Amino acid sequence: MASPPQQELRRRSMIAAAATTAAIGTVPAALAQSSAETPPEAAKATTLKVSFTVNGKPRDLELDPRTTLLDALREGMNLTGTKKGCDHGQCGACTVLLDGRRINSCLTLAVMHPGADITTVEGLGTPDRLHPMQAAFVKHDGYQCGYCTPGQICSAVAVLAEIEAGIPSHVTTDLNAKPQLTGAELRERMSGNICRCGAYSNIVDAITEVAGSKA
Amino acid sequence: MKPFTYERAGSPAEAAAAAARRPEAKFIAGGTNLLDLMKLQIETPAHLIDVNGLKLDTIEPTQEGGLRIGALVRNTDLAADERVRRDYGVLSRALLAGASGQLRNRATTAGNLLQRTRCPYFYDTNMACNKRRPGSGCSAIGGINRQHAVVGASEACIATHPSDMAVAMRVLDASIETVKPQGATRTISIAELHRLPGDTPNVETVLEAGELITAVTLPRPVGGSQQYRKVRDRASYAFALVSVAAIVQPDGSGRVALGGVAHKPWRLDAADAEMPRGAKAVAGKLFADAKPTEHNAFKLPLAERALASVLADARG
Repeated sequence: MASPPQQELRRRSMIAAAATTAAIGTVPAALAQSSAETPPEAAKATTLKVSFTVNGKPRDLELDPRTTLLDALREGMNLTGTKKGCDHGQCGACTVLLDGRRINSCLTLAVMHPGADITTVEGLGTPDRLHPMQAAFVKHDGYQCGYCTPGQICSAVAVLAEIEAGIPSHVTTDLNAKPQLTGAELRERMSGNICRCGAYSNIVDAITEVAGSKA
Repeated sequence: MKPFTYERAGSPAEAAAAAARRPEAKFIAGGTNLLDLMKLQIETPAHLIDVNGLKLDTIEPTQEGGLRIGALVRNTDLAADERVRRDYGVLSRALLAGASGQLRNRATTAGNLLQRTRCPYFYDTNMACNKRRPGSGCSAIGGINRQHAVVGASEACIATHPSDMAVAMRVLDASIETVKPQGATRTISIAELHRLPGDTPNVETVLEAGELITAVTLPRPVGGSQQYRKVRDRASYAFALVSVAAIVQPDGSGRVALGGVAHKPWRLDAADAEMPRGAKAVAGKLFADAKPTEHNAFKLPLAERALASVLADARG
């Protein structure tokens, strides 16, 4: 019997596929940034299976290994709240929480995260039951076009957790003391989320309100 | 991205063996630099060996009174470690001056050391670059090279090493532990890890093909006032124009390494010896062989003034 086209990836298992494979499966090749130069003989597809939890729901996916976590969320699971801005880790629009920590979902491969617990903006709250950070962004008008907002909100939720956990930042005066909840701390910690509309001051106001209500 | 095959390794020996089987493979840990470069087809590995399962993610005390930092310890965790904050403040400061919170949560200790230059001509695949395509020339020489190296560069390459962490590791005399594909291990001093560009700027470290960093070891703490001063075009989330990592002792002696000025963290014994005599004397030694360009000559006085500021702060 021929080996199945889709192999389960186990620890140590090597995927014995030609280096030049094109993609079929849940995520089309174009979405996995396949090069136009991929030769046509490379039509044999190899996808990998990966399972993780997204917003509390178990997900089993079969993906071209090139698929970023961002593309898996948006194209494989239709969770389009997470945005693709620069796709190079410079803008923060793709920020999600991976096992509780904020990351750029564009700079990691989905297959690298078996068993992970991923939270996107859709998992923080719903239109009927907003997360306090979502409500604060609405109240303080912490956006204009809104494209960076899901990343800003995921990042902001993580920032407060990082301060709570005592993780210092570049502007923390005393490395050996608990970091303070100041505007300077919030601005520094949010520097990985770019807002081209320039809603920064309102974003700081929104985060400050949520931080204050926790204190 | 060009297509690639993918496997996960479960131990350093497994990762080494996988690298021996597939010499064209790349290790992937945080992936924050490698995947960026793969999307641009600057890196085109045919195979990825995921080393995230290697359990090299702890920070342990050494018998010599120092710390052994696992290769996979994330930048956030290293910067926040209580022992690092207390005894190696320059390292915490350097880490926190780099990248963004999201990136530091993924980026690893070993990967930070091995990140590639952010030279815009290296990133632009339409331009000549001896680092990206050996023999094609260097577009940065004679180009817009405000960000580039002022010392230790060559006719082939004037790129800088982008890491902040590595500059602190250099001033702390860190050692790099590795395993080779055939299983042999060795220790490399941070001073030796990165190469100057010479005529092979594509060869950036002394690591052999498939050699995997397993840990970075810090010697016992040396005390002193530990500072990291980074000067950049915006207040956060930007690479250094120049940076200064310094440890200043109460008697005025100390050590200093610079970032943003060379192909590797820049530290010279002769410059350390000048520390009691102040920034001008130290900078004079550090830049004795400097060959700045029209666009980046500002880095020499900027680095001297940044060092003067650090020394003033150290004196309190």
